[in-house]
Amino acid sequence: MTKQFDVIIIGGGATGAGVARDCSLRGIRALLLERSDIATGATGRNHGLLHSGARYAVTDRESAEECIKENMILRRIASHCVDETDGLFLSLPEDGLEFQSKFVEACRAAGIRADMIDPKEALRLEPSANPAMIGAVRVPDGSVDPFRLTMANIIDARAHGAEVLTYHEVSDFIREQNRIAGVVALDRKTGEKQEYRAQVVVNACGIWGHEIARKAGVTINMLPAKGSLLIFGHRVNNIVLNRCRKPADADILVPGDTISLIGTTSSKVPFDEVDNMYVTADEVDLLLREGMKLAPSLAHTRILRAYAGVRPLVASDDDPSGRSVSRGIVVLDHATRDGLEGFITITGGKLMTYRLMAEWTTDLVCRKLSLAARCTTAEEKLPGSREPESEVSRRLISVPVAQRESSIYRHGEMAEKLPNGDAARRSLVCECEEVSVGEVEYALKELDVNNLVDLRRRTRVGMGTCQGELCACRAAGVMAEAGKYCVRRAKEDLVQFLNERWKGMAPVAWGDTLRESEFTMWIYAGVCGLSNQKTE
Amino acid sequence: MTEQSENNFEQCIKCTVCTVYCPAAAANPLYPGPKQAGPDGERLRLKRPEFYDEALKYCLNCKRCEVACPSNVRIGDIIQLARIKFSRKKPGLREFVLANTDLVGSLSTPLAPVVNATVAWKPVKLIMDKVMRIDHRRTFPKYAFGTFESWMRRQRAAQAAFPQQVSYFHGCYVNYNNPPLGRDFVKVMNALGYGVQLLGKEKCCGVALISNGLIGQAKRQAKVNIASIREAVIGRNMPVLGTSSTCVFTLRDEYQHLLGIDTSEVRDRIELATRYIYRLLSSGEASLRFRRDAPKLRVAYHTPCHMEKLGWSYYSIELLKMIPSVELTVLDSQCCGIAGTYGFKKENYETSQRIGEGLFRQIEASGCDLVATDCETCKWQIEMSTSKRVEHPLSILAAALE
Repeated sequence: MTKQFDVIIIGGGATGAGVARDCSLRGIRALLLERSDIATGATGRNHGLLHSGARYAVTDRESAEECIKENMILRRIASHCVDETDGLFLSLPEDGLEFQSKFVEACRAAGIRADMIDPKEALRLEPSANPAMIGAVRVPDGSVDPFRLTMANIIDARAHGAEVLTYHEVSDFIREQNRIAGVVALDRKTGEKQEYRAQVVVNACGIWGHEIARKAGVTINMLPAKGSLLIFGHRVNNIVLNRCRKPADADILVPGDTISLIGTTSSKVPFDEVDNMYVTADEVDLLLREGMKLAPSLAHTRILRAYAGVRPLVASDDDPSGRSVSRGIVVLDHATRDGLEGFITITGGKLMTYRLMAEWTTDLVCRKLSLAARCTTAEEKLPGSREPESEVSRRLISVPVAQRESSIYRHGEMAEKLPNGDAARRSLVCECEEVSVGEVEYALKELDVNNLVDLRRRTRVGMGTCQGELCACRAAGVMAEAGKYCVRRAKEDLVQFLNERWKGMAPVAWGDTLRESEFTMWIYAGVCGLSNQKTE
Repeated sequence: MTEQSENNFEQCIKCTVCTVYCPAAAANPLYPGPKQAGPDGERLRLKRPEFYDEALKYCLNCKRCEVACPSNVRIGDIIQLARIKFSRKKPGLREFVLANTDLVGSLSTPLAPVVNATVAWKPVKLIMDKVMRIDHRRTFPKYAFGTFESWMRRQRAAQAAFPQQVSYFHGCYVNYNNPPLGRDFVKVMNALGYGVQLLGKEKCCGVALISNGLIGQAKRQAKVNIASIREAVIGRNMPVLGTSSTCVFTLRDEYQHLLGIDTSEVRDRIELATRYIYRLLSSGEASLRFRRDAPKLRVAYHTPCHMEKLGWSYYSIELLKMIPSVELTVLDSQCCGIAGTYGFKKENYETSQRIGEGLFRQIEASGCDLVATDCETCKWQIEMSTSKRVEHPLSILAAALE
């Protein structure tokens, strides 16, 4: 049986989730289809930097202005996903001070607060910064958690009537003459196919949008650009550190939740590699070498893991060579561009501008549906950001402090929904990140979790120092008890989860990281008898 | 990564053996245990100070977690430093009285008989319980009538006559409560051919000040002590010996780790008397003659927590074994529960006694005549909680000398 919607959005990254929310707030019946889990593409594989726009001020004024506007909006509507850390742009002796004045001027012209401060003052504000700096500028950077941001958009979209299906892969388009009338999606959990119809289909697939567009019969010239990052074991810095020079590799160190991140590298990769990114030894070297210039203590800080994402760079339509690449937002109405009705592609842009991208896309959807509804996503707060943290904390006063603060940090006022009445629910699944049994139960019940990796994105289970050593088996146990899966599948899921953790640790497996992974292997292979072989 | 590195907590591989060995976590469900309070909590506190949990006050600072840790993480130090840095609870009158062993001691010794009788009187105990929240079930250590220091001043000429000299960090307990232990130490050293001298100026080592949050005062006293120790060690080339395992541990490790005072030049020359004496005897540099008529004495040795951390209980045990009249049993190394001033506080009394339960049972079952230990607060706890008397190994040794 075919199901009917007003709009189908393909892609469960920040942009897709943002479009689903914007549409449903404007009364449009939306369906979101994601072939994997939410935020698995570029959304979940970047710095998590809440750009002030300063980084682009000199080279790309338009992006800079978009960033600072969205920055201020996100602080308000997504406060539980944002850490207002501020950022410093350091001039090192090798950079000189020439760029600095141009930089400050460009920031101010774009509407970005930029205060030149004394290096001594900068060092007092951020003791991890390189003391060799010769200049520093303070800007309103911050950090933003992409998983929470995406989830909050999904929760709000659902609350306003949108349907969200993860693990649903679009296999075909339903094409009627010169219009896209819907899609055929494969449910990857059941193996069944289902038709979904809508007046408009939105392609919000990031780099995978290249292939989706091809399936729809149009061509978009995209260039996959890989960016690698390293995660450090704890917060090295509490203020974002940047280099005050033209944007280059490995020049941003972001404090995100309990850790710090250095990135990124940039290299072109072929399309057949985008589903399986590996971080190379050269990239690790480069990230560490450059990172140490921002914060020298990185030299002896434990590295938790390495990962890479793919930016969807789009070649300008008038440049078939693909050399002229836009980093700005690209909304393509394929009706005007290719004569294909009912199909829109939203791409380019960045995590920072996901909301604006969603707004522009939904504006276009509205025009196609002949609706006059106005965008309200810049004003309406996301679920989780609707009450001050201190207020929520007061109401949860009986929960142990680290557990309470962690759950509020992750879920905002939604933390009140966590079952916490009895000692069993307050016992911890993940000790590094203070995830309780109650929080896992909440995620299983409300946040659409299918496996341990999904659970990690919603709760940080397995993201701490031990990388799943103590929590993975406990979490699998809670999932099995909740009836999410049987013992056989629980074991397979554990193997998959641990292998996924190892993939990130392998490029940096030395010192304590290696000791930890050896100990983890000893626990799971030696004590629990878990093996890599498929169970019968 | 050096041992002194700030990021020492990252060496933790989450094996959790520290929590298994933690006496406080086993007895008190409100305490999250050393792994969570230490390395795990540190990571969260680096994110936001709001993650500091006041339940860290339940840590005994026994350092048994550090002894258990296979990754060399300074778990106990991490917890104590977090308390120093983040605790919002200000020390009150009770903390001031319990922590200022020096001041309270010097006020009490001239009036010792009166003070001892007063604090042992039930109504006074009840008032102290109600007003200061010092548990009324606790027995207070008795004060001596006259300090050890005043006795030592009278020995100056006699001690100076010995060819070799050591200096002695006697600590508050020997000075105010148990001068006979100090005299026993002097007797043993003299028998070995060594004279004993006081430090130029000695203040309380400050262990109770640290655990009660009086950090500024602890630092001031530590500086005075280290200056005197430096003068003895570097100026006069004398080792500094102590009879209290906690004082010695504090001078050697806590000053550097918790108070940030550089002790590297003198640390190796600050040691426990039993270790120094054992070395003299085992190397043949000196010898002792024991009484032949001494009656048989069944002694059970208890290893104090800070002795375990120092790794030096071996020396006290071996020394006791050298005494012909002593028949020695070594008790399992476990915390007695008092942890200095911790057990005196009303809210900790039950936990304190629960921690010690196993030890008390083992002592009663051992059939010993006497318990030996190097720590004064362990002595108070065991004497209060069992039927046995407790002596320092050196007092037992002194009594056995010819």
